[in-house]
Amino acid sequence: MCADVTAATGGPAEAGSSSLKARLRKAEAKKRRGAFMLTLPLLIFVTVMFLVPLVGMIWLSVANTTIPEYMPKTVSALSTWDGKELPPEKAYAAVAEDLQAAFKVRKFGVIAKNLNEQMPGTLGLINKTSFRTGRLKTAPANWKDELTKIDKKWGEMPIWTLLKRQSASWTPDYYLAAVDMERGPDGSIQAVPPYQRIYVKLFIRTAWMSTLITVLTLLLGYPLAYWISRMPDNKANLMMIAVLLPFWTSLLVRITSWIVLLQSHGVVNSILVGSGAVSDANRPQLINNELGTIIVMTQVLLPFMVLPLYSTMKSIPDSYMRAAISMGAHPWRAFWRVFAPLTVSGIGAGVLLVFILSIGYYITPELVGGQSGQFISNRIAYNVQQSLNWGLAAALGTILTAVTLILFLLYGMITGKGKVTIG
Amino acid sequence: MTQDHNGAFVEFDRVQKTYDGETLVVKDLNLKIGKGEFLTMLGPSGSGKTTCLMMLAGFETATQGDIRLAGKPINAVPPHKRGIGMVFQNYALFPHMTVGENLSFPLEVRSLPKSERESKIKRALDMVQMGDFINRRPSQLSGGQQQRIALARALVFEPELVLMDEPLGALDKQLREHMQFEIKHLHESLGITVVYVTHDQGEALTMSDRVAVFDDGRIQQLAPPDELYESPQNSFVAQFIGENNKLPGTIEEISDGKAKVRLDSGELIDATAVNVTSKGQRTVVSIRPERVEYRPELLPAGAQTIPAEVLEFIYMGDIFRTRLKVAGSDEFVIKSRNTQGQARLKPGEKIQIGWAPQDARALDAL
Repeated sequence: MCADVTAATGGPAEAGSSSLKARLRKAEAKKRRGAFMLTLPLLIFVTVMFLVPLVGMIWLSVANTTIPEYMPKTVSALSTWDGKELPPEKAYAAVAEDLQAAFKVRKFGVIAKNLNEQMPGTLGLINKTSFRTGRLKTAPANWKDELTKIDKKWGEMPIWTLLKRQSASWTPDYYLAAVDMERGPDGSIQAVPPYQRIYVKLFIRTAWMSTLITVLTLLLGYPLAYWISRMPDNKANLMMIAVLLPFWTSLLVRITSWIVLLQSHGVVNSILVGSGAVSDANRPQLINNELGTIIVMTQVLLPFMVLPLYSTMKSIPDSYMRAAISMGAHPWRAFWRVFAPLTVSGIGAGVLLVFILSIGYYITPELVGGQSGQFISNRIAYNVQQSLNWGLAAALGTILTAVTLILFLLYGMITGKGKVTIG
Repeated sequence: MTQDHNGAFVEFDRVQKTYDGETLVVKDLNLKIGKGEFLTMLGPSGSGKTTCLMMLAGFETATQGDIRLAGKPINAVPPHKRGIGMVFQNYALFPHMTVGENLSFPLEVRSLPKSERESKIKRALDMVQMGDFINRRPSQLSGGQQQRIALARALVFEPELVLMDEPLGALDKQLREHMQFEIKHLHESLGITVVYVTHDQGEALTMSDRVAVFDDGRIQQLAPPDELYESPQNSFVAQFIGENNKLPGTIEEISDGKAKVRLDSGELIDATAVNVTSKGQRTVVSIRPERVEYRPELLPAGAQTIPAEVLEFIYMGDIFRTRLKVAGSDEFVIKSRNTQGQARLKPGEKIQIGWAPQDARALDAL
């Protein structure tokens, strides 16, 4: 019988063995195609709505299109200039012709604004030169003399250095501005005057307030997660619903409730004054400052700390602690030596999650942060909506995205590693 | 091994336990465990055996009554000061520590110097033949190896009392049987007192000096394994320990520990009266399948015989299992060893079966 079986299966298997791999590949390819088709709509959506704008934003943070677009002759004339002394006559002629052209289509303002961002005072120079050259009926014999006559700045180095620099189609200047640096008149990199320094301070404030918020959520979330994880399942589910309840409430509603609670004539202050703990004149400022941002963001982000902690703790059976205690360890010691080390991956996950979310937060600091509780994202929004300096906004956003990305990779490493050790 | 119940090492004195304030999960427990004894708490889940173990370990508090260890009440002693070794069903080895660190833990807690810790760890590991595994992580060990490490860890600080909560429950059958003997031998060589919880009756019979059968929060019977198997004191124990044929009936006559029982099918049989007291009482006569004989020449003198019809014959390798219709019951089973020349009964065959009257035990009707 055994011989029969071998004979029966041996033939076809041998005959088909050459195409077996090919058939497997074909079958797998079909499966892969199916899976790909299922994810295709999402893929298209993510590409169009997320990846393209992201790449666009990164491009915007280094893009420098104004001068190459509106002063093409200047760009080509300066391409061979070494920048050591004043450029030759043909560069003067190129500038004049470019400005004349821009004057005709009323675009010299764009050039003026772009250059003025780099070197204050240039606005007047460009406007004046555009008007004067634009009205000339005939070209003068010597553009250099003509321009220097219009404004003697054309006879000095800084404007030419600036034009040369701005001729490049990309620029690191937005990044310099994002870290409170600028170009000096000679093109060297230097710090902006102290009163203009805001971004480094904001980055640092965003980082330390996010750290503080993360620590607070950990301090509040760890005991809570521990307590819930030691409950019987039905009660634990109920408690988790309570933890997740904020997710089902609009963020704006929650923030508004906090404003009601914390404002100077709000619930908390009224209770403090009513109970005599503080006098009416000395109502503490609980909102529209750093404190407000910290209080509200801690509450808003708490679930993101509790969830990973809870899921880690849930996987630690009671018997670990019991075993440690039965061996003579005081419950505290058992906790520190046995339970706490096993929750490290949960702590790492929760801390990084809250910190990542925190450094990018916008709406909460905007509504309850006042002046001192602003985050970097509020400044990005300002540059997008008010000052319309999209390049700077893009540079700030790219820096924030890069930091987040690094933290996220760290998060992946920690949770990935955690799975291996716990499992 | 001592049976000296007066000098009890562990004593439960009228202990009760309730979780919800309404139902008692442990009802009036009185139990004395001698020093060096291997006592098993056996029972179905929810019978209160694990609760008793946890009260002894200190992880549950007795609602009422005293628990004494070496004569001293320990109700108020926190678990980490009781000095009781414990082995858990899931082993509870600390996954972030190596085997050596796991064993070192109870010794560090006791502030033993490093050299002493090392020698004790080595001795404990050698005891369970795991000396080479000191630097492994628990996750790198098989279930049986983890079990040995858990055992070594519970013994390394030399407790006089070791509690084991279904320690072999997660192992496969063969390994479980092997570990049963190892634990038994360790118990014998170390002279420690062991309280062992299991729901596996085979395990309880194999390992224990005495077995306490739990049901419904009470000890139904406390006896050495052979007595438990051969002389169950009530229907629950008879049914829970080993296989058991039940013939329901009514007491017709009772005297001197002997009873005549009128079975529901009409036959009158002799039985040993165990926990029945009066005429007219309902009873269940319990007979072990291996004590029933169907070959007339092998029936003991004075045997009770009764007609039977073969319903099913099952070949199980070392034994034959034959299901019979006896006195109206379809579930009557006899077991016979697969010896040379043993006849195999055929379904439909009409035979006479019989047993010695002392093997038929008249118990309370459940």
